[in-house]
Amino acid sequence: MSEMDWIAIGTIADIPLRGARCVDTPQGKIGVFRTAEDQVFAIEDHCPHRGGPLSQGIVHGAAVTCPLHNWVFSLETGKALGADEGSVRTIPLKVEDGRLFIALDLLASKAA
Amino acid sequence: MTERLVIIGNGMAPGRMLEHLLEAAPGRYQVTIFNAEPRVNYNRIMLSPVLSGEKGYEEIIIHGDGWYIKHGITLYKGHRIVAIDRAAKTVTSDHGVTEPYDRLVIATGSVPFVIPVPGNDMAGVLSYRDLDDVNAMLLAAQSRAKAIVIGGGLLGLEAAAGLQARGMDVTVLHVMPTLMERQLDPAAGYLLQKAVEARGIKVMTKANTKAIVGKGRVEGVELACGTIVPATLVVMAVGIRPNAAIARDAGIETNRGIVVDQGMRTSDPDILALGECAEVGGQVYGLVAPLYEMARVAAAHLAGDEAAAFVHSDTPTKLKVTGIDLYSLGDFADGDDREEIVLRDAAAGVYKRLVLRDNRVIGTVLYGDTGDGAWFNDLKKKRTDISEMRETLIFGQAYQGGSPLDPMAAVAALADDAEICGCNGVCKGKITGTITEKGLTSLDDVRAHTKASASCGSCTGLVEQLMSLTLGDSYNPAAVQPMCTCTDLGHDDVRRLIKAKGLKTIPEMMQELQWKTSCGCAKCRPALNYYLVCDWPDEYADDYQSRFINERVHANIQKDGTYSVVPRMWGGVTNASELRAIADVVDKFEIPLVKVTGGQRIDMLGIRKEDLPAVWSDLGKAGFVSGHAYAKGLRTVKTCVGSDWCRFGTQDSTGLGIRIEKFMWGSWTPAKLKMAVSGCPRNCAEATCKDVGVICVDSGFEIHFAGAAGLDIKGTEVLGLVRDEDEALEVIVALTQMYREQGRYLERIYKWAKRVGVAEIRRQILDDAGKRQAYYERFVFSQKFAQVDPWSERVSGKDKHEFRPMASVGFAEAAE
Repeated sequence: MSEMDWIAIGTIADIPLRGARCVDTPQGKIGVFRTAEDQVFAIEDHCPHRGGPLSQGIVHGAAVTCPLHNWVFSLETGKALGADEGSVRTIPLKVEDGRLFIALDLLASKAA
Repeated sequence: MTERLVIIGNGMAPGRMLEHLLEAAPGRYQVTIFNAEPRVNYNRIMLSPVLSGEKGYEEIIIHGDGWYIKHGITLYKGHRIVAIDRAAKTVTSDHGVTEPYDRLVIATGSVPFVIPVPGNDMAGVLSYRDLDDVNAMLLAAQSRAKAIVIGGGLLGLEAAAGLQARGMDVTVLHVMPTLMERQLDPAAGYLLQKAVEARGIKVMTKANTKAIVGKGRVEGVELACGTIVPATLVVMAVGIRPNAAIARDAGIETNRGIVVDQGMRTSDPDILALGECAEVGGQVYGLVAPLYEMARVAAAHLAGDEAAAFVHSDTPTKLKVTGIDLYSLGDFADGDDREEIVLRDAAAGVYKRLVLRDNRVIGTVLYGDTGDGAWFNDLKKKRTDISEMRETLIFGQAYQGGSPLDPMAAVAALADDAEICGCNGVCKGKITGTITEKGLTSLDDVRAHTKASASCGSCTGLVEQLMSLTLGDSYNPAAVQPMCTCTDLGHDDVRRLIKAKGLKTIPEMMQELQWKTSCGCAKCRPALNYYLVCDWPDEYADDYQSRFINERVHANIQKDGTYSVVPRMWGGVTNASELRAIADVVDKFEIPLVKVTGGQRIDMLGIRKEDLPAVWSDLGKAGFVSGHAYAKGLRTVKTCVGSDWCRFGTQDSTGLGIRIEKFMWGSWTPAKLKMAVSGCPRNCAEATCKDVGVICVDSGFEIHFAGAAGLDIKGTEVLGLVRDEDEALEVIVALTQMYREQGRYLERIYKWAKRVGVAEIRRQILDDAGKRQAYYERFVFSQKFAQVDPWSERVSGKDKHEFRPMASVGFAEAAE
């Protein structure tokens, strides 16, 4: 596996606490989430249920509730919590001195 | 200066008197109590469940030691007063304590009647009066031997059932031909005897006790006929007599009991008497309801209200033996001027008898099915003419006016002054009113505030039904429904605690109210945010991250992730330049759908989130502000054209609608709030299914509310008629504020109204001008912080991050 290609997307301060921002990619949007404890996660911005934009949901703990039909997803694993079954793709993300990077090679391989 | 109040006796009557007195005149008296029993005040009515093992002693304590300490009351336990010195104004106990008094209350209760037969003082002969008697019976019951209860009245049967439950072989001896002959007619007495015997208790009627036999200890009871019934325990429960000895010795006027006037005053003006020892109007009492009435009167006099007077009323009798339901009230003797209606259902073991005179209920005996007791009691008390419903009267309240209804309907149909709790004389209106007024949500709260079902507990079911009725579906008899899994508290608890503890941020609330999750969930956070916005309009900083996306970005999210935008059109009125501006925006942003809404607005659907600020900017230039079509808040005020155009219009409905909308826009409410104003009763604006509606009439404005035309369909309730527009606005604003302050998040106004009661809302908003004014002012204050157009704020750059992606990556590679 090739070494991951980390792409800068901004800083942690760009995202509101208990909030999210979007990153546009050729494969669609990625939601980047910041929890109350300043953890940052990136997941596909697309609910497996009816395609709701997860980045628009309410962030609580390390989870987000989809704004369309209230499915809840773990930001760490991408898995649906509670009674619902399904998952969203998680995107590798690292934080260095408050700067955020996501792994591009995953994106690139998909894009090809 | 505090006066010295001394009370002889510590039973339920003086206990209740003190509760009233402490409320009416706190601190007026230095209180000292002498109790011959070595304990605190407990619920004597509940001794039978203690005997049968259904309750423990701790469960029937009314005032624990802490209560006396809290109120600075000195309680001498196990001190019997042996002398009252009226000249020196002192009392002296058998332990030699002498206490001076300014006012003295004698509440020595009663002593059990002991039949004057040989052997009545032998070991193994007990009476049934207090906890010591119960403890002695429980000790004797350990032998599981034979027991005799002399007396087939209320107390005797309860004692028999208790001893039998404890494993004894019990025989009841009753001197009369049928059981409980003072409360029951022979038919019901017979059914009762069958039921008692079916539990394995032997019953001997017409059994006249001649002697109690044994050598030093009880061995049996000899009857007049010569039969000897063997037993090792004999309980005498043949009646009580007032304990007036101490008063008699002190030279106070006595007859059967201590003679008192309607104000509970004895022949000595400084001395009152109440409870079973008192004789008022030639009568002595043994049931708790009249004793509590005496307590109320005595407390009023001690607090300085000389007008309070005791009034006699019939008290229903209920037997506290699990599994036997009987109820009797009033006069049920036969007589030429009386008629009766009887229903018997042998298979179901039901017997009901109503005694009527002049088409009015004067007596009731119910056996097996006592559910309608309160209703019959109410008919009797009100002297209702029953000729209209005579055919079906005996079947009970549910059969009046059509098909059988659910049990709740029967309770719902009771009049407000119908008595629910006979022990404490609490009527329905007092219970429902207190539930609403104090926001009570649990049975314990209702008991604490109203005393209903706090004594014998037989009306607990009724009280719970009233709670369901008053609180709606939200009342869960088992527990309060928690807001979400993050807490055990219900919405009302949380709202109350926000105010009580002065909680002003979400993290503070979660800490103080012991939230189980670190930062809540998508259910509780928006609710908490609303409650804080509503309660602290000037201090709380709205937490946008706790708002649902629509309220965060001030547009409505659609299924594909795009948004819809609805500009405000005051009262549904628009004009050419506004329409032109909308048309230009639609063209410029290639908006796929334009739709007229049910609330008389124009909706533009399918706008990309990134375009929202630009769309708003263009709309803003034409004078548009946000229409709040996304808000749990004031949405639209729909109007008809009214007296300006319509040949039927009675008032300027359009003008009033616009005025209301301009006054109230921007306010957040528990759930969405839609209004309408119709210019005449033809109601073209469909105001009678709105959250708040106005129907204009010649004489003024009819204010409606609590309608629904969504998941539920419901016509509005009429709040009342007001004369002019100013008044209409004030009433609508006050009503909205009351709902804002009391509603649970996402609870529409019709559900709130059902929970609180239309009558209560009307009382606070229409009848109580002070309350209305206060609600109005709180709304106006909160509007100072709420009436900011969120669209122009965002056009000016607020929350920029919401509307643009953080980054765009990967496109260069993909393009190459």
